[in-house]
Amino acid sequence: MTFLVDLLAATLRNATPLVYGTVGETYAERSGVLNLGIEGTMYAGAFTGFAVAWVTGSPLAGLLAAIMVGILAGAIMALMTVTFGANQHVSGIGLTIGLIGLSEFANRLIFQGGELQRIQPMPTVNPLAGAGLLGGIFDQYGLTWVAFLVVVPAAWWVLQRSSFGLEIRAVGENPEAADAAGVDVARTRYLALIIGGALMAIGGAFFTLALLGSFTLDIIAGRGWVCVALVIFGRWRIGRGVIGALLFSLIFSLQFRLRILPEFAALPFEVLLALPYLVIIGALALSGRNVAYPGAYLKPYRRS
Amino acid sequence: MRRISPWSTPALVVSAVLITFVITAGPILVAGANPIEAYVAFVVLPLTSQFTLLEVLVTSTPIMLTGAAVAIAFRAGYWNIGAEGQLLLGAIAAAGIGTLVGGIPPILALPIMVAGGAIAGAAWAIVPALLRVRFGIDEVVTTLLLNPVALLLVNGLLHGPWRDPVTGFPESPRIAATAEFPTLVERSRLHLGFLLALVVIAAAWYVLARTPAGLRLRATGLSPHGARFAGINVGATILGAALVSGAIAGIAGVSEVAGIQNRLTGGLSPGYGYTGIVVAMLGTLAMPGVAVAAIFLGDLTVGASSAARSLGIPSQLGAVTQGVLLLTTVALLAVRRHRARRTDGADAGPGGAVDSAAEVAT
Repeated sequence: MTFLVDLLAATLRNATPLVYGTVGETYAERSGVLNLGIEGTMYAGAFTGFAVAWVTGSPLAGLLAAIMVGILAGAIMALMTVTFGANQHVSGIGLTIGLIGLSEFANRLIFQGGELQRIQPMPTVNPLAGAGLLGGIFDQYGLTWVAFLVVVPAAWWVLQRSSFGLEIRAVGENPEAADAAGVDVARTRYLALIIGGALMAIGGAFFTLALLGSFTLDIIAGRGWVCVALVIFGRWRIGRGVIGALLFSLIFSLQFRLRILPEFAALPFEVLLALPYLVIIGALALSGRNVAYPGAYLKPYRRS
Repeated sequence: MRRISPWSTPALVVSAVLITFVITAGPILVAGANPIEAYVAFVVLPLTSQFTLLEVLVTSTPIMLTGAAVAIAFRAGYWNIGAEGQLLLGAIAAAGIGTLVGGIPPILALPIMVAGGAIAGAAWAIVPALLRVRFGIDEVVTTLLLNPVALLLVNGLLHGPWRDPVTGFPESPRIAATAEFPTLVERSRLHLGFLLALVVIAAAWYVLARTPAGLRLRATGLSPHGARFAGINVGATILGAALVSGAIAGIAGVSEVAGIQNRLTGGLSPGYGYTGIVVAMLGTLAMPGVAVAAIFLGDLTVGASSAARSLGIPSQLGAVTQGVLLLTTVALLAVRRHRARRTDGADAGPGGAVDSAAEVAT
């Protein structure tokens, strides 16, 4: 029972950065832009959040700085793909390489490669602390509560019900028609990428500001790519993407617990660690066959 | 191929490099160094002594191979971002085979090892390629996700069955002496892998430019629909390009194991697969360009690591430069394509995944 409570609590905790990243990537892709800068944006969010929190002593200041970096990263991606109409795959990879490089460059300058620095991580909040054993599931960081109770519903509502969301979907499906209807295609894509970038950076900052309280190299370890896969798995729907994030996180959290059991002692832990990645490739193979991509996916738009 | 613009490709690439240097002057100033002095250290100084010049070629070897691997896939319109993982699989194969070929003369041992690494790299590339060709599943995500898996496989081997039984270090046993690539110049690290990379570049250039298979590959990349209409088996062409791409990336792994490390180590590749994307784009997906771009990035890498010591600029600036270089190159290519279209009134050109770079390459 404790194992189960513990597992479910870890599932929600570990799903948090994926939820931010997946919602952020969904916004980018629904506007017609694949943002492979996500891995670097999460990395830069993790580093900036940590460095600013370390300097100021305030995790909240760190979070705000991470959001600023995410906005900037989204704006650069928009400049590349919307203003210049550059190839989206290559722009995203370039952004990721550059942001990871810049983070590690700054890390070197600030911390001089010395011993691992730590900050006081954000506290957990548990409104159900008195609810006995099951209450343990809800002993979560503030950013986790915000992710599931604020960001996900708000992101869904904006995308599906607001006129701004309609514009995002319109420029992602058929920019010519959207343009003819008076929607500013470039502005809408800029905003979608900026909102997405901010969310991705929060997801990255969750690692350093809440989960770990420290910054280590390779901290994102491909989770940005996982989010890109989850968006496809979720067929560009916020709700399905979040379910995918929870499933991935469940497997991730389970393998983490399995590898300390004596039955698995002989197995190198890397085998279990690779499992979630293989599961998501398998899930894509089963569910991602010939899915309908947003109509203007990967296509720059220019008025002719 | 139709003329695209008055802006020649070399001029475009040089402009990209110059714009990159203007942008990276920011971090250099933050690090408290003089940007001009830094660029002299990055670009010029490595070329001024025989030792560092040879080191430039050593450093360019793996990225010339991954650059060629990426360029072939991109030219076919197949976004293989998994060269990093394919390289690691080639390295695993080389480290494994290398310990078994002790009694075999190098003339046989080395080809066996290279072939083994190529097969391993292609095997790592086959699942995403089949998923794409059979079921239309985006290869970008699957090739990317297999990179961390390959790294976990390396680390799993090094912490498990291949761990050094005496020291406990996470390093595989040393490969047999007959399996080591010979050095090309005495008292240097320049090894057979560099020649191998040049041979691969030449062969890839010939196949792409002069054979029916190369024509099919280029046609598929420019317009899959047009290629299909012309009777080309697009699926088979993409599958072939993906496997060749994986095989060449695998050879890069063999080259690092047999030429430099002589064993499998956890830090074998500082992102050579991703640098291959920079090399491929900077070389505008043409093989001669890839070779030049690889040597240029090798120059920058050697320069950046010595500037880290002499000028106190963290060597991570190398990665920053690579990222910015990729962005400026692809941005200039897009701007040029857009201008060309406006001036010659051409249509929207190939849609879908195909990029301007495939258009400019010849």
